[in-house]
Amino acid sequence: MSSNAAPTRRLNTAKAMVEAIAREMERDEDVCVMGEDVGAYGGIFSSTTGLLERFGPQRVMDTPISETGFIGAAIGAATEGMRPIVELMFVDFFGVCMDQIYNHMAKIHYESGGNVKVPLVLTTAVGGGYSDGAQHSQCLWGTFAHLPGLKVVVPSNPADAAGLMTAAIRDDNPVVFMFHKGVQGLPWMAKNRRSIGPVPEGEHVVPIGKAAVAREGRDVSIVTLSLSVHHALDVAEELAAEGVDVEVLDLRSLVPLDTEAILATVAKTGRLVIVDEDYQSFGLSGEIAARIVEHDPGLLTVPIQRVANPDVPIPYARALEYAALPTPARIKAAVLKAVAR
Amino acid sequence: MLIVSTKHIDVAAECIPTHQLLNVAGERVPDRELDHYVAKLTESDLADFLRDMVVLRRLDNEATALQRQGELGLWAPLLGQEAAQIGSVRATRDSDFIFPSYREHGVAWARGVKAEDLLSVWRGAQSSGWNPNEVNIACQQIVIGAQTLHAAGYGMGIKFDGTDDVAITYFGDGATSQGDVSEAMVFAASYQAPVLFFCQNNQWAISEPVALQSRTQIADRAQGFGLKTWRVDGNDILAVYAATQAALAHCRNGLGPTFIEAVTYRMGSHTTADDPTRYRKPDELEQWKAKDPIDRLVKYLHVIGADVQSYEQRAQNAADELAAQLRAAITAMPDPAVDELFDNVYSEAHEPSVRAREGYLGYLAEFEGEGH
Repeated sequence: MSSNAAPTRRLNTAKAMVEAIAREMERDEDVCVMGEDVGAYGGIFSSTTGLLERFGPQRVMDTPISETGFIGAAIGAATEGMRPIVELMFVDFFGVCMDQIYNHMAKIHYESGGNVKVPLVLTTAVGGGYSDGAQHSQCLWGTFAHLPGLKVVVPSNPADAAGLMTAAIRDDNPVVFMFHKGVQGLPWMAKNRRSIGPVPEGEHVVPIGKAAVAREGRDVSIVTLSLSVHHALDVAEELAAEGVDVEVLDLRSLVPLDTEAILATVAKTGRLVIVDEDYQSFGLSGEIAARIVEHDPGLLTVPIQRVANPDVPIPYARALEYAALPTPARIKAAVLKAVAR
Repeated sequence: MLIVSTKHIDVAAECIPTHQLLNVAGERVPDRELDHYVAKLTESDLADFLRDMVVLRRLDNEATALQRQGELGLWAPLLGQEAAQIGSVRATRDSDFIFPSYREHGVAWARGVKAEDLLSVWRGAQSSGWNPNEVNIACQQIVIGAQTLHAAGYGMGIKFDGTDDVAITYFGDGATSQGDVSEAMVFAASYQAPVLFFCQNNQWAISEPVALQSRTQIADRAQGFGLKTWRVDGNDILAVYAATQAALAHCRNGLGPTFIEAVTYRMGSHTTADDPTRYRKPDELEQWKAKDPIDRLVKYLHVIGADVQSYEQRAQNAADELAAQLRAAITAMPDPAVDELFDNVYSEAHEPSVRAREGYLGYLAEFEGEGH
């Protein structure tokens, strides 16, 4: 490590998340953590490792097994002045707590005429690729982004996870923080070199609503998020050797969505591949396409390619699961089609 | 077809007794546990209870009339539940925080919410009639039972802050079948949070009788969650007031959450969109009219030799004044401006929402003068 004024360390995404939470807990004693297995276990995807030992059970609370219970309680605590970080272990479990999320967390501020704020962060693990079946492998960010009143962030790398977590905790709105299990850098997941990266020391905030160009390119744009950013970068590196210059836009936030960044990259390349691990229909990929053609249908010189889940539940069988996921092979084929190779 | 019996089953032993301090004749019934909570009440306090209940009944009737005349979109009458609401809320202190359902007009009003502000929400003139943080009562919750979880979490926050305030949540007998209410009791008990669960068992969830929700007394269920529980005659304002004092003291002393089942009756409709004659028999209503909470207190005032006529006159005057003022305020209340449509979706005006607002309002402006 260097001794520069703004040093960075290499951390995995999970550790970067935890570090950001811990820093905010030091800074503000109203920040607390609630959820299942967030204490001694440290979060089953290591999102709260070490927090119990550091901050104690008053602020890092293992809860009874009721998602609607602890999310509803977190909402109440937030209206009391706390700033809870509440973990929904798998986003797939949203079905048992959606009333509290959709009808309360997202609407109390509106329905109270702006008088009551709900400053909480709902963290949740998303994504498949490790044979966890149809009820433990979904992304569902489109489902959360669909509803007004929530902000939705989806980091792809350690630095963004830290910076977006800090921004989310400080935000006075409810923020849904969706982390892909495949980007956490967990030893028991498929090895992913991009799940470890430099994270700035000290104050580090990534503003919610700003996309990032993860790789600049001239020929074709991949607009994507989360683990698919890693695949897109891998494909871009591979295709660079074949003379195709790929730009990769990492959305980072779905609400607010950085429409200007999407329009800018499409205006630059004229060719668009959207990679979305969520279901294809009625979701993010359609929304991106609509925003582009509403602005200027002439920006695109070739039809849009979508690489998404083909509207099937995520299979448990490895061979079937990988047939449904947006794999590097599918992304590469879509890029080549877009550039007519 | 499965037929669910709606008859109460005879529970062999009622685990929790029903406290009553005033019987139907208005006579004081001794109660060793609760007597001392009402020992300090003066005749003047009782007269204030009477005035509150009379004014509240008038507020409720006026709101029903305003709805019938097209001035409100909807109203959920509380007729018959005046003692349950006034008796309980008068036992709270200002720094306690209340999470009500949509029928707790008396609780909000007694907390200092103006009647016209309360009705303005039902008129659609504004989304919130009051700032919950100023009067320590949340907006009225429409989703059945959802607010109980917010109270549990609020209570956990109180405990974290180390004050002796209490979070109080109101809900009905029907709500006790919702998972949220059970889950809220689990959480409050697990964390020993200072939460009072106040159930007004008004016998009906729209058209469903309470026996369809629970085959035991609701209070007996609460006890199973580990909550200190009381069951009271909800039309007896003294019993409600006393039990609420007892429950709040328990919470303030750090002894954990509490539960009160106030047994009362919804004399009116579920809402103004409902016609209860379709599902309940007239003689049931007559039986409950004999237990009317206001009549009961009037009888008691007679029993103790108070100048009832002057107290009733004073209450009537206050009710007349409120009704006239309320009607004038409501009928003069303008519709909200269309440009409020986008207000408060988020706590700040972030750029995409500002653009969306401007674009949409410009689009709407094209339709001006064309009606809806």
